[in-house]
Amino acid sequence: MFRKLHDPGPSAVTVLIDGKAVSAEAGENLAALLLRQPEGWNRTSTVSQSPRAPYCMMGVCFECLAEVDGVGSVQTCLTTVRDGMRVSRQLGRRMLSA
Amino acid sequence: MSAVDLLIVGAGPAGMAAAVVARRHGLDVLVVDDQPAPGGQIWRSVETVAASPRGARLGDSYLAGASRAAAFRSGGAAYEPGAQLWQIEPGFRAFVTSGDKARTVSARAVILATGAQERPVPFPGWTLPGVLTVGAGQILLKTADQVPEKPVWIAGSGPLPLLYMTQLLAAGGKVAGFLDTTPPGRLGAALRHLPAALGKAGDLWKGVAWTLALKRAGVKTVKHVAEIEARGEGRLQSLRYRRQGGAWQETPAEVLLVHEGLVPSIHAPLALDCKVEWRHDQRCYAPVLDGWGESSQPGLFVAGDGAGIAGAIAAEHRGTLAGLAVAARLGKVSAAMAEAEAAPARKVLERELAFRPFLDALYEPRPQVFAPPDETVVCRCEEVTAGTLRARAAVGRPGTNQVKAFTRAGMGPCQGRQCGYTVMHILGSAQNRPPEALGFYRIRPPLKPVTLGELAALEQPDNAA
Repeated sequence: MFRKLHDPGPSAVTVLIDGKAVSAEAGENLAALLLRQPEGWNRTSTVSQSPRAPYCMMGVCFECLAEVDGVGSVQTCLTTVRDGMRVSRQLGRRMLSA
Repeated sequence: MSAVDLLIVGAGPAGMAAAVVARRHGLDVLVVDDQPAPGGQIWRSVETVAASPRGARLGDSYLAGASRAAAFRSGGAAYEPGAQLWQIEPGFRAFVTSGDKARTVSARAVILATGAQERPVPFPGWTLPGVLTVGAGQILLKTADQVPEKPVWIAGSGPLPLLYMTQLLAAGGKVAGFLDTTPPGRLGAALRHLPAALGKAGDLWKGVAWTLALKRAGVKTVKHVAEIEARGEGRLQSLRYRRQGGAWQETPAEVLLVHEGLVPSIHAPLALDCKVEWRHDQRCYAPVLDGWGESSQPGLFVAGDGAGIAGAIAAEHRGTLAGLAVAARLGKVSAAMAEAEAAPARKVLERELAFRPFLDALYEPRPQVFAPPDETVVCRCEEVTAGTLRARAAVGRPGTNQVKAFTRAGMGPCQGRQCGYTVMHILGSAQNRPPEALGFYRIRPPLKPVTLGELAALEQPDNAA
């Protein structure tokens, strides 16, 4: 959906998105990275389970939620990527689990 | 619990300016901000981007942020990036989460410099991946040097779409077309405000220059677009649009960016029971403030676009005024000295505010923004449609909060930030009442979602106190 205009070069880090290793620029925004993936979505909605993607990029719409390093409903537009970060797309409503 | 003289929420133009002036007068200042670096939305990532080749492409107004961020950094205010404020109790005790830890901060005065958000623009299909705001597109360009892969469709009204398109073209991006949703006749309505706006002739010229540059670049522009629909299976695949009463046009599209102006971020003032007023000129609520930015709650100030949309320069000067007022209140500067120091800021602010009636009249949102078709999802979080809201509105004249309870509209994680104004307008229109007669949702803490773990980790209030 989006593309980056420059090559991160040697500063690249690796982020795992649903187990797939993808390259990202150190210090960049996680939602921006998600918008460069061919899937183009990061969660399914809680009522109709329809795919959603980052919308406002400034922390107000809560569309960019995903599971980051085991924590659910993280606002990816307010999250900076880290090497080895594990991101999972979030499906439907969050559940309490043991 | 840490204690400071002044807590500033937000590190954009207003928050940074307030911090600088408060520090100069010897206040102990803490600035919390939910972004990873200072600058707010207008100067996002300016510290890293200004020095890079892409800084120049973003223009002088953007680059101006670098010196402000430097002054803020060297001013000596404690600064906590990546921190979300979710509650303030009178007195003041603020609850802030950063990392995965919540904590409290006590402050003698608070300046809310939380800025603005883009006005929600509901239309059928606006929840599809591929539909974003123009502001989001610009943030992606600033922070990640990122542009839509294919030529992008832009739909909306206001200075921001023009600015973004010129920045995008300078960066090597492509525009498929600009659906200008400014209704016919707006320029005529705005012209009577032109004399007052002439103090900012430079900005008027900027707008003309952007328009000419887009024309020169051959950007296809469709004027007076009244209705838009995004279509696709699981993602945006095509776009339909038409003028008032005109025939629908359809075109393939992968990314659509929309914008219909800005509204102040009012959740914190509302939760704190600050008096707010309906601003018919900007179709939004704004807190009622005195000449220093102090709200109806003593010691609680609002500065920047959160005080009413007026742009970055006004935001800085409102920040300066609020910082001075707190310094005077806490006895660091005499009232007379504060007044003298405020004079230049007031002068600039007056000039900036004189420009707004022209812009507000020129870019008054088209009526369709507030009256989406029945099938439109209005509450994105809980997926409540305009049709459901209209059906509810017809039975027993319910208010905004009743409809929230009936339908769950406004109960999701965004807490009505994307649906509040639309719900007010839909109910108002169905009940033949002005939207301000309905009012916004009752806003309660937490202002942002908090986990049980974060809450459990909160220290107990001081037993000594």
